[in-house]
Amino acid sequence: MDFELTQEQKMLAESAASFAKKTSPVERLRKIRSMPHVEGVEQRHAAKADPRNWEPAVWKQMAELGWLGLFYPESVGGLGLRFFDASLVIEKLGTTLVPEPYVASVVLAGWALLKAGSAEQHAKYLTPMIEGETSLALAWQERGSRYDVTSVKTVAKKSGSGHALTGEKVLVLNGHAADHVVVSARTEDGALALFVIDPKSKGVTIESITTMDASRAAQLRLEGAEGVRLTGGDAQVALEWALDLAAAAACAEGLGIARTVLDMTNAYLKVRKQFGVPIGTFQVLQHRAVDMFVQTQLLESTAILAAVRADEEDADERRRAVSIAKVRLTAGGKYVTQQSVQLHGGIGITDEHDVGLYFKRMQVLCTLFGDDEHHLTRFASREAFATTVGE
Amino acid sequence: MDLSFTPDQEAFREEVREFIRTQMPPHLAAKAAVDGHFEHEEVMEWQKILYRKGWVAPHWPKEVGGTGWDAARRFIFSEELEKAGAPTLSPFGLAMVGPLIIQFGSDAQKQRFLPKILSGEEAWCQGYSEPEAGSDLASLRTTAVDDGKGNFVVNGQKTWTTYGQYADWIFCLVRTNQTGKKQTGISFLLIDMKTPGVKAVPMLTTGHTPAFCDTYFDNVVVPKENVVGPVDGGWTMAKALLGHERTLIAAVGTSTRALIRVKRIAQEHGLLADPAWRGRIARLEIELEALRMQNYRALVGAQLGHAPGPESSVLKIRGSEILQQAMELAMDVMGPSCMAWFTPPGVLSPSEQWIPSAFNYTRATTIYGGSNEIQRNVIAKWILGLPAQA
Ligand SMILES: Cc1cc2nc3c(=O)[nH]c(=O)nc-3n(C[C@H](O)[C@H](O)[C@H](O)COP(=O)(O)OP(=O)(O)OC[C@H]3O[C@@H](n4cnc5c(N)ncnc54)[C@H](O)[C@@H]3O)c2cc1C
Repeated sequence: MDFELTQEQKMLAESAASFAKKTSPVERLRKIRSMPHVEGVEQRHAAKADPRNWEPAVWKQMAELGWLGLFYPESVGGLGLRFFDASLVIEKLGTTLVPEPYVASVVLAGWALLKAGSAEQHAKYLTPMIEGETSLALAWQERGSRYDVTSVKTVAKKSGSGHALTGEKVLVLNGHAADHVVVSARTEDGALALFVIDPKSKGVTIESITTMDASRAAQLRLEGAEGVRLTGGDAQVALEWALDLAAAAACAEGLGIARTVLDMTNAYLKVRKQFGVPIGTFQVLQHRAVDMFVQTQLLESTAILAAVRADEEDADERRRAVSIAKVRLTAGGKYVTQQSVQLHGGIGITDEHDVGLYFKRMQVLCTLFGDDEHHLTRFASREAFATTVGE
Repeated sequence: MDLSFTPDQEAFREEVREFIRTQMPPHLAAKAAVDGHFEHEEVMEWQKILYRKGWVAPHWPKEVGGTGWDAARRFIFSEELEKAGAPTLSPFGLAMVGPLIIQFGSDAQKQRFLPKILSGEEAWCQGYSEPEAGSDLASLRTTAVDDGKGNFVVNGQKTWTTYGQYADWIFCLVRTNQTGKKQTGISFLLIDMKTPGVKAVPMLTTGHTPAFCDTYFDNVVVPKENVVGPVDGGWTMAKALLGHERTLIAAVGTSTRALIRVKRIAQEHGLLADPAWRGRIARLEIELEALRMQNYRALVGAQLGHAPGPESSVLKIRGSEILQQAMELAMDVMGPSCMAWFTPPGVLSPSEQWIPSAFNYTRATTIYGGSNEIQRNVIAKWILGLPAQA
């Protein structure tokens, strides 16, 4: 057993931390985030809002640092490292809420492409993304499908050399900005399959929507849109794996958020005075802060567990680890962010204060890629559950 | 990053399992299988078996009869014992006063006391708490006065003395000096329970076991050579003791076993098919798995010789909370039969028999060893650096 980071991993984490601090502090997200208009309230940054909600130049920079291909094989242009290495970067990106679509494009859509695509398709869709030339999205969710990747009504009819896709996908992360969208659909014989579509092509309607976490997603309508079928691997296996990997990523990002708000709250307890003393002298708040600390420690433990197991071939081990971490994220991550708002008092409820941004992102992370209920049920449905504990 | 044990460590684990399988006498094994409650003599019987094997003091150095194992082996050893439901050895000699004597005692004290702690020939108990000194231990009042003839004369009362009625010796914090700060003037004194004037009066716990005593001292004459370390210097030593074996206090093995038992009882009651029950059990198991990972991290830190870091400070808090929740879940899974109290065999299944009692006693895990509130005070001050309380 070994929990020490290697020299390379330490450097990777440090460079990601410094990138987050210097290149993309929270202020940057505030400048480019999309905000719904509110009558009568001055919107300082709204005018500069980027329709993508992120910047291609920064994306390219992340590619040059090697981050977009960290855990992809060298054959597709990656660095051939493990997902755990990427989790170190993702955690740091979480500390300042970096808006680039790392999880949506690199982890979720990228992994689905890797597992379901052929070598030729990797070269065409995955490699340009790893190089920072494009970004990707995975459209798997439909109305009412919740977290079931097999609940798919979108259909793919054979048409010429390709397929014509018809259906509706919801809350497609980075779907508003992606150059290629990977879409799940059922073929005429009822099989689940994955297709790549060009979002600018005929029969594709994309409605860009804002999400709670100062980000964007897309509602996708397909009316006979042309799709290229991925032919390198089983679609369901690829989808489930991609979601597990993304859930592990959410846990890493959540850890970054928890650590950040714990530090912010701890600092605030020392400077904010009421009744003539720092509020951090009140024992009830001290113990609340300690419980935030305890939860953050446990989030670290389970984020490591999920990150190490997420790209392992053993699907049982992987599912078990990811579900443990995701259930813990909901319990611990929500506790930490909710208490950070509480301990800031009124200022914690203002849009101006960063604590609310972290709170909202955590809430979103808890629901993304399988919520508490989904992962708890999955964990409890394992065959070994009835008789064993801890294996 | 590597989450597996080395082949060497796995082989050691197998060796421990094999030892338990072959060396635990059938009557103990039968109790262990259903998590029976072990009587004092049964615990001592098991201690002697471990002693003969040379495994009785995993955390002592080899020179004084320990195993010399590293942190990982100690962890594996205790995990396997806990998982097997083996009797838990009394910690007072082996885990508390023994290490203290090893670290601070004179050579004469080492020769006099350590061998009999190992063999189990002499049982120990801990005399820290007093009726008026609990969390605020330094306010203790039991006095030890120099009689000018080479002895201390001890007067006062200790309380919550676990298994004081079975002990041959008690290690006490006593006041040898009334001047200065309350932390100074405290000495660490070893007292033979057979000395005239010592009286241990058992009290029943809510679990209805006679697990602790009030211990009275009425003009008890104790030779001065029984002071460990400097006179008036007991407080720092007592505190040093608290740092021992931090990774073991998470009780991951005990909780694992409790949860296996919860599942067995749930199976017996036909509840495992119900998603709601499965969900409740799963939620606790996930909490336990998070603690297990946390414990591994602390363990590896200890293995590398790091001082106990922030990872280990959460173990006592979460370990005790999770164990309590496991016992509570066991009660809920039992349903109405959980009200049965020390019933004759046949009323409850063997797995259930000790649950109601243990459920009650387990409430102590958040109180003893520094209550969880005190643990939080410590983290607030030393890790979060929060200002002193008003
Ligand atoms: C089963 C059992 C076995 C024990 N065995 C032994 C033994 O063998 N030898 C021995 O010496 N002692 C033993 N103890 C005693 C144990 O160490 C004490 O019970 C413990 O230190 C708490 O002290 P107290 O009971 O006096 O509670 P108190 O200190 O009076 O505490 C009462 C409540 O107030 C809280 N509290 C106290 N101070 C603070 C504070 N500053 N901030 C916030 N909350 C606070 C506590 O957390 C607790 O909830 C045992 C206790 C139990 C329950």
